[in-house]
Amino acid sequence: MENKRKGPVVFSEIKSIDALKEALRIGRVGVLDVVRDSNLKGRGGAGFPAGVKWNLAASANDDKKYIVCNADEGEPGTFKDRVLLTEYTRLIFEGMIIAAYAIGAKKGFIYLRGEYRSIFPHLVNTMAEMRKENLLGDGILKNKDFSFDIEVRLGFGAYVCGEETALIESLEGNRGEPRNRPPFPVYTGYNGHPTVVNNVETLANIPHIILKGVKWFKSIGTEKSSGSKIISVSGDCKKPGVYEVPFGTTVKSILKIAAASDTKAVQVGGASGVCLPKSQFDRKIGFEDISTGGSIIIFNSKRDMLDAADNFLHFFQEESCGQCTPCREGIPVLIEGLELLKRGECDKKYLDDLLSLAETMQLASKCGLGQSAPNMFVSVVDNFKSEYKLSKNTRKENLFHG
Amino acid sequence: MAKKNFAQDTSRAPVSQRTQKFEKVAKGSLGATVKAVIDDIEIKVPMGATVLEAARSVNIKIPTLCQHDDLCLAGVCRVCVVEVEGQRTLQAACSFPITAPIKVKTYSAKVRRARRNIIQLLLRNHYGECYSCARNNNCELQALAKEYGITSYTFGHIGQPRYKQDKSSYSVERDMNKCVLCRRCVRTCIDLQEVGVLEASERGQNTKIVTYLDKPLNDVVCINCGQCINRCPTGALKAKDPSEEVWDAIDDPKKHVIIQTAPSPRAAIGEAFGLPAGTSVTKQLNTALRRMGFDKVFDTNFTADLTIMEEGTELLLRLKKKLKDKDSNVALPLFTSCSPGWVKYIEHFYPEKLKHISTAKSPQQMFGAIVKTWYAQKEGIDPAGIVSVSLMPCSAKKFECERPEMNSSGYKDVDFALTTRELAGMIKESGMDLPNLPESNFDDPLGTGSGAALIFAATGGVMEAAIRTVYEIVTGREVPFDKLRVKPVRGMNGIKTAELAVKNALPDWRFLEGAVLKVMVGHGTANARKIMEMLLRGELDDYHFVEIMACPGGCIGGGGQPIPTSPEIRKARAQAIYKEEEGLPYRKSHDNPFIKMIYKEFLKDGPCGHLSHKLLHTGYTARGKWIGNKKVVR
Repeated sequence: MENKRKGPVVFSEIKSIDALKEALRIGRVGVLDVVRDSNLKGRGGAGFPAGVKWNLAASANDDKKYIVCNADEGEPGTFKDRVLLTEYTRLIFEGMIIAAYAIGAKKGFIYLRGEYRSIFPHLVNTMAEMRKENLLGDGILKNKDFSFDIEVRLGFGAYVCGEETALIESLEGNRGEPRNRPPFPVYTGYNGHPTVVNNVETLANIPHIILKGVKWFKSIGTEKSSGSKIISVSGDCKKPGVYEVPFGTTVKSILKIAAASDTKAVQVGGASGVCLPKSQFDRKIGFEDISTGGSIIIFNSKRDMLDAADNFLHFFQEESCGQCTPCREGIPVLIEGLELLKRGECDKKYLDDLLSLAETMQLASKCGLGQSAPNMFVSVVDNFKSEYKLSKNTRKENLFHG
Repeated sequence: MAKKNFAQDTSRAPVSQRTQKFEKVAKGSLGATVKAVIDDIEIKVPMGATVLEAARSVNIKIPTLCQHDDLCLAGVCRVCVVEVEGQRTLQAACSFPITAPIKVKTYSAKVRRARRNIIQLLLRNHYGECYSCARNNNCELQALAKEYGITSYTFGHIGQPRYKQDKSSYSVERDMNKCVLCRRCVRTCIDLQEVGVLEASERGQNTKIVTYLDKPLNDVVCINCGQCINRCPTGALKAKDPSEEVWDAIDDPKKHVIIQTAPSPRAAIGEAFGLPAGTSVTKQLNTALRRMGFDKVFDTNFTADLTIMEEGTELLLRLKKKLKDKDSNVALPLFTSCSPGWVKYIEHFYPEKLKHISTAKSPQQMFGAIVKTWYAQKEGIDPAGIVSVSLMPCSAKKFECERPEMNSSGYKDVDFALTTRELAGMIKESGMDLPNLPESNFDDPLGTGSGAALIFAATGGVMEAAIRTVYEIVTGREVPFDKLRVKPVRGMNGIKTAELAVKNALPDWRFLEGAVLKVMVGHGTANARKIMEMLLRGELDDYHFVEIMACPGGCIGGGGQPIPTSPEIRKARAQAIYKEEEGLPYRKSHDNPFIKMIYKEFLKDGPCGHLSHKLLHTGYTARGKWIGNKKVVR
């Protein structure tokens, strides 16, 4: 099964457990150096360097440390982690074991999206096998002082729990709401202990990097974005699916891979990403251009972009944790504003107010959810001007509700 | 280190809401202080101090809403956002810790625009008009709107209420239509008081602060302390206001309306008239009450002294039973019963330990019973025609009035309990400028209280008063403290202890010779919980007397006191009380001549005698955490 997919990094050939053996050979410091030098950035979307996270956690002075695999894949249009979790399970576990070894964690969690509960038994069974093989548990691969085990925890369908601090709150048994950052989880994470939270895909990269080396890894992708990105392609195309492409791949070439035609717009990065019009299809996937958690949603010319934005905003309205004002109260305002735009009842001044509000949400929301919630709205208003008409006056009674 | 607040050590706050610990971060190479440049002002701040604390230290005002000096940080309203150099997004000043040199702009165009939009969003679903709100002119949202020049609703405004008001409780009313979801009440209830009645439920724009299963407040384990009211920035929480009924009674010529005033309101009500915290207006208040039309103005301190006599005697009797009669069924330590919030707390959370609570009624209830018996007889007034009103710093006193057992005189002991805030409103309605009124005294015979009674207002006060009397009963000598100041039980530490060795005891109390009396004082129910857990673990076996007040700081920090509250304000109020106390002619409860008189004329069989037991003592209800078979309403 594992040979079915082809790709430059994660989907490339690797022999199971060789990387772990190599990691144990080069030692903790060796692993930390390799990961830092590889310039591997978080694949969840934010792109924080994994090596920095690991080094901070490794140097933190605490006898309890944790590694958490963020498998709360909830971004609309992403399904790559599901593929990785089912088809590359041991690779991810191996990445986690290496991470645990490097930072000094004895315990790890996989925080599995509630909707993925069907994968739960598979993960548990794989872990049981690995325990038998002395890859998990006490004295891994006969190293007396390296013990590590993993527990799978199910989320309950809250998108915001993909945000790492909300995830930790949820792990602790609290309402899944993002914490104030700083301090960051690498200092005070799960139960107040240093915790590294890495995306599934980030961890799947680790064994390859350890085994094949920094030079090999950096030869893939662009100068600022080393390696590859696994993308989930959906929407108006003939070949939707999960693909691994090197960073620097243009949107245009992704459309070709997916066999899309008559494309009007591409939403990169899911609901919280940006929506590109045709004129920007030459832009490249990468941290220096379009950063993405991996979702590519293709819209053909029959789609109404205001409807698409509306759909995304309703998603956020549903998923906002309700903690901070800009996100909780701002999203409904944007939804109503979009409604006015659709009906042609929004004037220039009110649209400017809405865009100012969108900026406030992007700047002042407590976590990434609120900060990116207005992105689609702004993209559509900026890039698809032909799809709406402004009125001369916004009727005030439209704004008074209840 | 960053400033510590009252709630930071509580066990129940989620990690995200506790004061963050920066020891781990600070252990690095950076040292104890960090350089911060705030709006071009360069300062050094302690490692881990927040941007808000740093700004305040140089008198730069950053607006806040969800932040409260008593509470753990939340960082949810986002009103306090500032620009931090090097950060992509704006940061909440209240929760952004300074752990490296930092440059901050607190009022740039970006910041002002964001704050304005956020305030607009808060106003959007804030239902109601300011002029019909109890918090008009004392509302943080209103103040913010003014400060940020809001003259119209950019993003609209709600026209209809969304939620039904909850007026089920005798003490606290909730109107969630005015709630701005700052969660101060949640943090107060969970972190500060460790009661945990309120929590956020649902998500996004459906988020709502609810009780357990959204039941009415009367059907959950609310202890009525009203600390949530004191910290609510808007009018979403208020105390049940009986001022109309009180006015009606005053206006009814057939009624004889008396008022007793508790010690702490006199040290706080001035704040409602613009006086700085810690300005006592006892005698001006008497004048105001008389002018309003109360027939008699009495002092709750009289029955505070009576409480000391009764509770002190109860303590000595329990000690005698235990130490002399070797009765192992006697529950010691004895816990005070003055604070109705604390009483309801133990009824809910530790019902199996109720025998530790003194059976003495609170001063308010003793007063009610005495007014409708001794006073009525003395003055030849039909008790049925007496309306007994109390001025209390407390919302839980309203509930206490309504306890069905509080009618030992044959009538309801106390008819109405007004909070400090409510009385301030009535005085304003009467057009009186309280601070500038002439002074006048309380009325006899229930208008004289000792200094010991006055200090009931502050945490440790009941204990200090009891020690002054009990020690003297046992030894015949004054307590061995300079100017009678029992310092170990004073101050704002959450839990205080003191020991007092008994030497040369009088013959009646010889069994106490050589004993060391051990006492403990706790305030805020979070500390009450700690003390109760100690009791359960057997760590209080050698303690004799424990004072607990439900509110942080004691009654001066009560849920009926003027808003706002803060550690500094409570400290100032307490200082005013201690200062006033030292000027009083009597400093010990048993010295109060009217106390001597009542035991001579009326309670002839003495403290804890038969009549005392009937009128001045009470029983408690083991409520537990599950209340009734009330239908679950969703």
